[in-house]
Amino acid sequence: MGDGPSAAETREKMLEVYPKKTQRKRGKQMLVNETPETPAAIGANSRTVPGIITQRGCSYAGCKGVVIGPIYDILHITHGPIGCGWYSWLSRRNMTKIRHPEETNYLQYSMSTDMQEDHIVFGGEKQLEQAIQEAYDEFKPKAISVYATCPVGLIGDDIHAVCRKMKEKLGINIFGFSCEGYKGVSQSAGHHIANNGVFKHMIGLDDTPVEAKYKLNVLGEYNIGGDAWEIDRILRLCGIHIIGTLSGGVSYDEICNCHNADLNVVMCHRSINYMAEMMEQKFGIPWFKVNFIGIEGTKKSLRKIAKYFGDKELIDRVEEVIAMEMVDVRPVIADVTTRTKGKKAALFVGGSRAHHYQDLFSDMGMKTIAAGYEFAHRDDYEGRDVLPSIKIDADSRNIEELDVKADPERFNLRKTQERKVALEESGFDFSDYEGMMRQMAKDTLVIDDISHHELEKLIELHKPDVIGSGIKDKYVIEKMGVPCKQLHSYDYGGPYAGFKGAINFFKEIDRMISSKVWKLTRAPWKDDSDSQSTAAKEPVAVS
Amino acid sequence: MPHSHGSQGCCAYHRSHLTRHHKEPIVATTSSFTEGASVFGGLANLKTALENIFTIYEPDIVSVHTTCLSEVIGDDIPTIVKKSEEAGIIPEGKMVIHANTPSFVGSHVTGFSVQCAAFVNYLAESNGAKKNVINIFPGWVEPADMRELKRIAELLGVEYILAPDTSDVLDSALDGEYKMYPDGGTTVSQLKAMGDSLATLALGPMASALAAEKLTKKCKVDHSILELPIGISATDAFVNALRIAGDVTVPRELEKERGRLVDMVSDMSQYLHRKKVAIFGDPDHLTPMIKFLVEVGMQPAVVVTGTKGKKWAQNIREICSEANPEVEVVPFSDIHYLHQWIKANPVDLLMGNTYGKYVAKSENLPFVRFGFPILDRVGHRAFPLLGYAGGLRLIEKITDAFFDKRDREDPDHEIELVL
Repeated sequence: MGDGPSAAETREKMLEVYPKKTQRKRGKQMLVNETPETPAAIGANSRTVPGIITQRGCSYAGCKGVVIGPIYDILHITHGPIGCGWYSWLSRRNMTKIRHPEETNYLQYSMSTDMQEDHIVFGGEKQLEQAIQEAYDEFKPKAISVYATCPVGLIGDDIHAVCRKMKEKLGINIFGFSCEGYKGVSQSAGHHIANNGVFKHMIGLDDTPVEAKYKLNVLGEYNIGGDAWEIDRILRLCGIHIIGTLSGGVSYDEICNCHNADLNVVMCHRSINYMAEMMEQKFGIPWFKVNFIGIEGTKKSLRKIAKYFGDKELIDRVEEVIAMEMVDVRPVIADVTTRTKGKKAALFVGGSRAHHYQDLFSDMGMKTIAAGYEFAHRDDYEGRDVLPSIKIDADSRNIEELDVKADPERFNLRKTQERKVALEESGFDFSDYEGMMRQMAKDTLVIDDISHHELEKLIELHKPDVIGSGIKDKYVIEKMGVPCKQLHSYDYGGPYAGFKGAINFFKEIDRMISSKVWKLTRAPWKDDSDSQSTAAKEPVAVS
Repeated sequence: MPHSHGSQGCCAYHRSHLTRHHKEPIVATTSSFTEGASVFGGLANLKTALENIFTIYEPDIVSVHTTCLSEVIGDDIPTIVKKSEEAGIIPEGKMVIHANTPSFVGSHVTGFSVQCAAFVNYLAESNGAKKNVINIFPGWVEPADMRELKRIAELLGVEYILAPDTSDVLDSALDGEYKMYPDGGTTVSQLKAMGDSLATLALGPMASALAAEKLTKKCKVDHSILELPIGISATDAFVNALRIAGDVTVPRELEKERGRLVDMVSDMSQYLHRKKVAIFGDPDHLTPMIKFLVEVGMQPAVVVTGTKGKKWAQNIREICSEANPEVEVVPFSDIHYLHQWIKANPVDLLMGNTYGKYVAKSENLPFVRFGFPILDRVGHRAFPLLGYAGGLRLIEKITDAFFDKRDREDPDHEIELVL
């Protein structure tokens, strides 16, 4: 891990202070990556230790906040007291713009049933019904979705019955999500609940054929800071058409139509792998993992897509586009690398970026000394080959698993079994994800659901040059004199995906590492020994 | 250490929200309820949490609040705390206090008020010997405002205890060292000593009255409930109350500050006179702000708060009775309503929290950020809005907003150098 103690010593030091039970539990979630090619089993997706100061959020955030919330022409109604709707109001930067004048974008609004005490006592179904009616009268949306919050499950409001009733009454698509905050152990449960709901209530509703030679969906891409638009720009240059991006900058109609694609590429494996699997089972659309974060990742992903479609014309076009884009990228890398090479990063982000962003750092010659997810599962750490050995524990057992069968009319195997096998034999991996640990260097630290205490220890012992994390940690880290790049919100910048995004990111990390502010943290008179060197220079006279 | 007894999503959200507002670390722990705990009760979760918090993070006090989850299932916090004490989880000399804060009652200000009252309930005590000290409950204001209140009290030479006090907590220095418990904050001994003070000034009825009343009941400390000292007359009332309670004379320096504010209002009167203002926010912030708008000659046109309050609305109408008898005052409403109203009844200025920027943009209105939260600017945590100094800043912000729009939009031949 570079300077400071070894990863194993650091791990011990982090665990030292904990009470016995906590020590045992956290110990399983903190590993030294001793054999990256065959990653050790990590204790992930287990309940949070109470009182430990976790970064984690809840199931509602995973469902409404992450997966469905970005669909811009659906009206999203939070059924609960005002907090959940309020806090998830525009706080994730899933950017949107309308693309046809007749469209509407509702994402600047937050709608809530604003439950009061009497709704808790007598039930909130009437209030919900009224909210749906009012929202319909005022906005006439194409669809309305309803999200349950903690008290809804406890008081027994049947949001699905209300949705069915109002769907019949108003004649538009209305559906609910039972994503009460206490379900599962993190945002992850909400992703699964959201996937099930989107699959049941939207995918496949519109069979209008899509006229395009190469058509695919980008799954698990939420257009933070415009990432999806950059991916779209690059694919368009190559001649590839995106039907739907799930779900950044996407419309209701696009989602209903996206079963017409010939391929699903997956960006965020954690949040959307359920959908990829279900779409393959029902419609015969294959999926594979891509990564448009980082120059090497973007190139690799483009080539993989071209190889999948297999046309020489496309394969050549992809190379042309890469060559064209690299003209702008090369000088930036050459410049920033002179300052970033050999610097250390640590990454603690949700369920996918802690892996993806390692590519961007490595493009700049930086090494990742420690990384971890808030809420990823073992397959995101160790790769999908461990799926059969994952046991679902009591805390996550109640998350519904849909039983999906091939659609009798619309199932259409996009690649024959022989063609798939031939591709696989040439090194192609369908329906797979290798996980984060394989890519990380030997003896780096992997920490699941990192606590405040562990993060503080990491900084104290290793002083990384930059840490990628979220808003709750950012200022803790920076008070310690280490720059923190928010990798959820991008610190209000972006995009960071694709070629243009990589350029933005390189310049941003260069700024953070080169910023003079970190040298100003200590007042000059604090260090007597240094008083000579830090004393102000003689003023220069203006003559 | 603030502790959220519920599922962890609430805690993540409120920490993020406050961090975005203050650009500062906001630390809090949570009981991290799972489905099982939500059905069978959160006793084990809170006990485990307390053991971890005291062992790992070593606070002197853990202050527990609740969420809709633990309120709906009816967890009895004092009983859980008692059981934790019996189990030896709470170390010698450490404390756990609590406030019930159901999210389906009132708003964030209700929670603030209940939490302030909890400090009084658990900590304030009276030895019977009154000290020449004035308690100040500052209400829901910024660290810079708390600093300003202390400065005014110090200028007057009044001994005071300010609670809560987030200055040096939510605006701490960046010096290479992270302190989980920063230098600032009202101390435990100060909170205890409040019971022996001469009097209490509770600023902002919604945020502060409950705690002041509790203290009167518990320790017989007289209290007066005042508006937040925003603008001239509300600051006058605060200074005067402090003068009388502390039996001191207002120093010339503070009179000069007041005079500088009156001077600026007079200088800028032509730009303020009869300008129509749309404003939204928390009741405690709105009342004195609207008084100030009226004082400087402006016309509150529409006033919206998310909080219930018929009496409050009546009071606002009275404040505006001369300036604008037609004023639209709407409690328990939202920014969407405000926006629709403005579309039908154009105004000259919008004031409110960051969420107002979307309305300001779509209606091309000068916009002054005011209240909570302010997520897209930094001045609020560095400079006060309270006191005469805060009044100067408000006039600056309002006239800047007008002038920036004018400079941007005036045709070239009409642009003025001097305003």
